[in-house]
Amino acid sequence: MGRYVLRRILVSIPLLIGISIITFVVINMAPGGPIGVASDMNPKATAEYRERLKAYYGLDQPVHVRYIRWLGRMAVLDFGDSFSLDGRKVWDKIKERIPVTLLINALSMSLIFLIAVPIGIYSAVRKGSVFDRISTVAVFTGFAIPTFWLALLLMILFGVHLGWLPISGLVSLEYDALSLPLKILDRAGHLVLPVFLAAFGGLAGISRYMRSNMLEVIRQDYIMTARAKGLPEKVVVRRHAVRNALLPVITIFGLSIPGLLGGSVIFETIFAIPGMGQLFYQGVMSRDYPLIMGILTIGAFLTLLGNILADVGYAVADPRINTERAG
Amino acid sequence: MSGNAVYRPDANEALLTLVNVYKTFPVRASFFSAEEVRVRAVDGVSLSLQPGKTLGLVGESGCGKSTMGKLAIRLLDPDSGTIRFEGKDMARLAGEELRGMRRRMQIIFQDPYSSLNPRMKVQDIVGEGWFVHGLARGRELRDKAALLLERVGLTAEARNKYPHEFSGGQRQRIGIARAIALSPRLIVADEPVSALDVSVQAQILNLLKGLQEEYGMAYLFVSHDLRVIRHVSDHVAVMYSGKVMELGPSEELFSRPSHPYTRSLLSAAPMLGGAPAEHIVLSGDIPSPVAPPPGCRFHTRCFRARKFCSECSPLLREVAPGRFAACHFV
Repeated sequence: MGRYVLRRILVSIPLLIGISIITFVVINMAPGGPIGVASDMNPKATAEYRERLKAYYGLDQPVHVRYIRWLGRMAVLDFGDSFSLDGRKVWDKIKERIPVTLLINALSMSLIFLIAVPIGIYSAVRKGSVFDRISTVAVFTGFAIPTFWLALLLMILFGVHLGWLPISGLVSLEYDALSLPLKILDRAGHLVLPVFLAAFGGLAGISRYMRSNMLEVIRQDYIMTARAKGLPEKVVVRRHAVRNALLPVITIFGLSIPGLLGGSVIFETIFAIPGMGQLFYQGVMSRDYPLIMGILTIGAFLTLLGNILADVGYAVADPRINTERAG
Repeated sequence: MSGNAVYRPDANEALLTLVNVYKTFPVRASFFSAEEVRVRAVDGVSLSLQPGKTLGLVGESGCGKSTMGKLAIRLLDPDSGTIRFEGKDMARLAGEELRGMRRRMQIIFQDPYSSLNPRMKVQDIVGEGWFVHGLARGRELRDKAALLLERVGLTAEARNKYPHEFSGGQRQRIGIARAIALSPRLIVADEPVSALDVSVQAQILNLLKGLQEEYGMAYLFVSHDLRVIRHVSDHVAVMYSGKVMELGPSEELFSRPSHPYTRSLLSAAPMLGGAPAEHIVLSGDIPSPVAPPPGCRFHTRCFRARKFCSECSPLLREVAPGRFAACHFV
């Protein structure tokens, strides 16, 4: 198993470099550029000034030279400085955005799994029942409703009409003046709508996935043998069916790891949440190459890591997978 | 037209009796219609099985023989009819009593791949029944599992492995070990060798026979393979479209089949020892189980069918001592 993990990690390195080459080239091919953003609307900007700016940011070099420089810095985990006016380190900018995005996504993911897995199991066990039909319609409705639109509706309902929940940001204006329990309550209140909405659309996928896994497992003969052994139906479902049906969900977990940090551009914009999604959006709009590359590299890294974790998790949980032979 | 006695399952001392058992399954007529039609899988079957004997259930695929097997050990509930095991009406059992009864009836499935939980070790597969019924646990369970695995021709070390580490034949041995673990009196063998190579089939059949002699279990042996059925059965019931066409002692039934369907089946089966006595080629397909033909189920394909056959359904009547056939002409 150790060798297997090591091999997977080694194979990931060239993959990561390949991804970074493609993203670097694509970003640089995109129309516009950081110099344009900084000087197009400025009537005083002369051609000479633009050249100076280009040289300052190193943009006068050809793409491959810039890529190799970037790669050299990345080798020592230096993400470089942002092109934006504050000129701060990319890593510092990312670091301060991670916790809030991580929190919201971790909460919504947990919510998705906590709700979707039981729904899937129950719909499969009672296939064709009223519960199965209602939950099917409900999760697909959730899947089909555009979340930004639902977000606006819920903001109107809970924020404006009922006044129960705040509609933007992470804390209220008077946050600093609140006592500790109220502070916690205030933060929690701000999270309710974003977390609920982030989870809402994801329910359909996981619950249907779980349902079809369960249906697949339930029709296996070993479920019937388990019944024939005289096991109570609950034990048959839990011990024999659910454990086998949950296995593929490990993969989904692994694959959703990059999403935990990626953040959602749409949510963070609607709810004015200062997370990774918002940072990425700003970075793209101002052609802040180092920042974009930094975020995308982290995303690529997490995706590969998630894949490895999913495969390793699967190998640990499923005795059929032989890590010594399979590459 | 014979006026002989209609078949009645012999309830005396029988381990298992089925009387007028019906079972249908709902299917949707089409994707867009809400109309529900029912497949008539088992359509009024009566049978009995004596302790320690083997009743072979043979027929084409879709004739309801596997459903019969599952009904016999109450993995399915019949729509109507009575199933008695050890004299007790199975439908009335529930809860603890039913679970106690489960110990005495087990099943071996056709597919040795889907019948073993891939995530359980062999000793847990084999020993779960002991655990559930409070018969053994821990070290004792492992020791018993080792002995049992050796009895079915595997090594004691097999208990610590997972099912995927075995071949199809070995997996079927595990399935057999699991089935006999609770010392049942009845085993439903649902096409137990159909998924195996011919050479392995013989080994598994011999193993089943040996176990029967040793432990005195009765087998309800379901198969579409005539040679296999002939090899293992004391009595044979030939099923067609959910009904029993012919019933009788194995050797007699195979050497002198009386029902036209049995005769056509035997004429189609390759047997050692020369060509079959007659050559009957059936035309047409098995009738739809959703809307079976009126009268005799077999009249659409029968070489002896007359107009009468499509109007009146023949009963399973005694045609010779101990032999029964559902045909107007025998």
